[in-house]
Order: sequence, then C-alpha cells, then structure tokens
Amino acid sequence: MVENNRWGNFFAHLVLILGVAIVIFPVYVAIVASTHPPGTFIRGVMPLLPGPNALENYKTVITEGRSRAGTPPIGGMLWNSFVMAMAITIGKLSISLLSAFAIVYFRFPFRIFFFWIIFLTLMLPVEVRIVPTFQVVADLGMLNSFAGLSIPLIASATATFLFRQFFMTVPEELMEAARVDGAGPMKFFKDILLPLSITNIAALFVIMFIYGWNQYLWPLLITTDPEYYTIVMGIQRMVTGGDSEPLWHLVMATVVLAALPPILVILFMQRLFVKGLTETEK
Amino acid sequence: MQTKRMTFSSRWLPYALLAPQVIVTLIFFIWPASQALYQSFLRQDIFGLRTDFVWFDNFSRLFADPLYLNSLKVTFVFSLGTTFLSMSVALLFAVMVNRMIRSRDSYTTFLVWPYAVAPAIAGVLWWFIFNPSIGIMPYMLKGFGYDWNHRSSGTDAMILVIIAAAWKQISYNFLFFLAGLQSIPQSLIEAAAIDGASRFKRFWTIVFPLLSPITFFLMVVNIVYAMFDTFGVIHATTEGGPAQATNILVYKVYRDGFVNLNLGSSAAQSVILMAIVVVLTVIQFRYIERRVNY
Repeated sequence: MVENNRWGNFFAHLVLILGVAIVIFPVYVAIVASTHPPGTFIRGVMPLLPGPNALENYKTVITEGRSRAGTPPIGGMLWNSFVMAMAITIGKLSISLLSAFAIVYFRFPFRIFFFWIIFLTLMLPVEVRIVPTFQVVADLGMLNSFAGLSIPLIASATATFLFRQFFMTVPEELMEAARVDGAGPMKFFKDILLPLSITNIAALFVIMFIYGWNQYLWPLLITTDPEYYTIVMGIQRMVTGGDSEPLWHLVMATVVLAALPPILVILFMQRLFVKGLTETEK
Repeated sequence: MQTKRMTFSSRWLPYALLAPQVIVTLIFFIWPASQALYQSFLRQDIFGLRTDFVWFDNFSRLFADPLYLNSLKVTFVFSLGTTFLSMSVALLFAVMVNRMIRSRDSYTTFLVWPYAVAPAIAGVLWWFIFNPSIGIMPYMLKGFGYDWNHRSSGTDAMILVIIAAAWKQISYNFLFFLAGLQSIPQSLIEAAAIDGASRFKRFWTIVFPLLSPITFFLMVVNIVYAMFDTFGVIHATTEGGPAQATNILVYKVYRDGFVNLNLGSSAAQSVILMAIVVVLTVIQFRYIERRVNY
C-alpha cells in the first residue's frame, strides 16, 4: 500500500467539497431565486437565502405562464417535452434494435452499404444542416406537430453500433438451439435477444431520454404554435421576450422545473447512466 | 464486417428490418445534406427571383469575409477554452475522488448530475450569476476592482459562455477520467513509491501518461461538443454578441440561414461544418481502432 498521508487526504476532501460547492452553486442560486417575490430583483444584488414566495411563483408558472409575453403555462410545455423525449427515445431504441439485428443475423446483398448509410448519420448533427432539414420537414407538413419534433431526430448510429456490438457477444449456441427448436428469426429476436439486451436497452434509455429532453435548436425552429413549445426552448422566450429585464423569479422557477426531470433520471439510475455513457462512447 | 457464423436466411426480412432506420436517414439526413451541398453552389438575388449557379463563389466569398474569419477565430478560442477548462477541472476532481474509499460514490453522485442540464439552461444559469446589475459575481468582482459587463465587453462575454459550456461538460469528463484512473494497475504506482518517487512525480510520470488514450479521446469529444452542441448556450445568452465576440460557427449558420436569409452562404457554411465533423469523427474512430499510448 502506498503511504497514507493524513494531510493529503484532508486536502483532497477540501478540494472536492469546494469543487462540489462550485458545481452546485448555479442550481442553488436558481432555486433560491425562484422563491423570492419580484421586488427582490429590483433592489441590488441577488439573494443567497430562500425567500417566502416559492408556492406562489411555482403556481404562477405552472398554471398561468406569462401570457403577455407570449409564454404559455409551463404545465403544457412540460408535457410536450415529456412526449417528445419519450418519442425520440422509444423511436431510436426500436429502429436501432431492428437494424442491428438485421446486420448481425443476416447475410444479404448491400449489407455493408446500408451499414455506411447508418454510419453517416453520426457525422451530420442537426446543427450543421438546419436550413435544408427545416425545408424537408416544412415540405412534409410536419411543422408544429409531435411527429416533426421527434421523427427527424430518431436515427441513431450510436445505438445501432452498441446493439451490434452486444449482439456479436451473444453465444452462437443460443441461435442454433433456437433454430433446432424451430423458432423463426422474429421469434428468436423477441423471445431470446430482447430479454438478453434488457440492461443495455435500459442504459441507453437513460442517455437518450436526456438527449431528447434537452433538444433546443430543433423545437425552436419547427414550433411556432405555443401548443407545441417544449420547456427548454420556452425558457429562451421568457428571457428575451417582452421586457428588457426578465422576471427572474419566474424564469428561475421555470429553469428549475425544466432541469429537474433529467436530473432525477440520472440520480435514480446512476449505475445504468454510467454504464450507458462509458460503453456507448468507447 | 462480420456476421454470426450461422445466419438466418430470408430474402426480404433483413431489408424490412433495416427499412425504418434507412428511410429516416435518407429523408432527414442524406437528402438535406446533399441539398446543402447543392445550395452551396447557388446564389439567389435579394428578391428571390433569380438563382444562379456560381460554383465555389460562395466559399471564396466566405473566406474573404472578415465576419466569417472572425467567427472561425471565435470558435477556435471557444472550443479550446471549453475543452481545456472542463478537462482540467474534471481531471483534478477524478484524481481526488480516486483517493477516496468510503466517500467515492457520494462525491461521484454530486458531480455527475450537471450532465443532465441542457446547454441552454446552463447558459441561463450562468448568465444570471454574471448578470451585471444583480448577479453575485460582478458584485464580488467589483470588490476586486474589476468592472464586469458581458453586454459591452467581448472578453467578458467569451469567458461567460466558456464557463457555462465547460460547467455542463465536467461530469462527462470526470466519469471517463475516473474510469481510466481505476484501470491503472496499483502495482505500478507502488513500485514507483518504493523507489522513492513523490506523489507529484508519480502522477506526472506514470498516471498521466497512462491516461493519454482517454485524454485524447476526451479532447476530440469535447471539441465536437464545444463546436456543435453549444448552440443553446450562445442563443439563450449572448446571441453571438457583443459585436460578434461570441458568434461561433454553428450560431452563424443559423443566423445567416434563418434571420438574414442568406441561403447560399448558410449552405456553404453547413458544408464546411460537415467537413469538420467528418474529420473529427474519422480521428475519433481511428483512435478506437488503435489506442494512443506512449
């Protein structure tokens, strides 16, 4: 064992506690700000201790929003974000499971060609091809709809690669046994492969859900109808829309509500999250 | 590329299985990308009445445009700053957490969650902290005699977006560094300790070189993140300002395409960005095939 240095350990704890404090600080400030009445922000520096207005502020943003600045109630936006995140997650998982299955368990002409088409999506983030993608979605009449919010984002090379890698490690004997027993490909997929991949699916689910929930540019472009605003993009409208100085107490209440769901997902599924992250990217 | 030794045989089933993925890719990825390529060779007049085929004129105009060159420079500073800041902080945290035995998991929990915060939200949070009239940081900086104002000072605005972008990325880098540290054989470190190497020396001559594959991988990932995923940070806070000081490439594509409606130029910028992603992706995959180790 390497020497155990008490002062070194003390110092390490000190650095970490300070570090954690700095990392948490922005969120702490947001939570504090969301509990204050509007008057606090006119008088000088922002507060560092909670105020008395928490219930009212959250009630206002959830049920009323800021109708004058064109921001709808948060309740609806939270729901939209949830639907979009779930649609993207489930869509990504199902199409990549199917295509990984096809690529690993079948031999057919143009297999490599299809693999490369899927691989290309890795190289084309939405941000670099926004104008033409927007035109395609507009031509298909998918603006202001959940289909438009989710379908263009569900192609995923990463998930396909991960499932392909995992399927390659599944023992050959399982498939031979299934065939001897007379199971067809789809039955094998449903009854053997899917149950085996459940941990991988769950790990990817966490990553994809966060990815979907945090989409920003895409919803910003294709939703003009407040019905379909998602919460992450809605914040930007609150900050810049209307008055010169934003209503910080309401903005921060919205920020807390927007950040909470994905943070909870990570905290409750930390093990799966770490597995999903470190195994998909390497 | 391999398959299983034994495969199912069906003439149509594999195509049916691939269809959803390939159709989505063709409609929403390949088609728009080729459109961008095509449009980058076109120019519309200001009334949108005539469209000319102008070969590489859009590109040569871009590289003669001081605004675009400025945006390249800004992107370079921004991604380098973000990568360096978030990686060095994450490495420090990972080394410290790796020394812990009982408290390792609780520190990890406290450090991973910012990954879940959307870039736009991270931007708004730090924008609030640095708000010149009510923010806590400008108040404290004033105590040191520094007058912070990211609305007028380009440097301040750049520091603000770098901090916001790096903050969110710390958890990602931390997890990878921690995993890397844990895979370093303890015996190497013990051998060096027996030879009398100090803690500091052990870190720089043994641990850090052994981490180099992970460091390299993270560098590529972070540059990709800073260049393409930080649109929200910029858009929700500085909107490229003041005076173009934070107008990164991705944000400029959006501005020129949707606000200034200069489609040819925006398409040409898209094509350049795609070329950058391709290069970075190839580097990343090369790394996976053949790990860097010294």
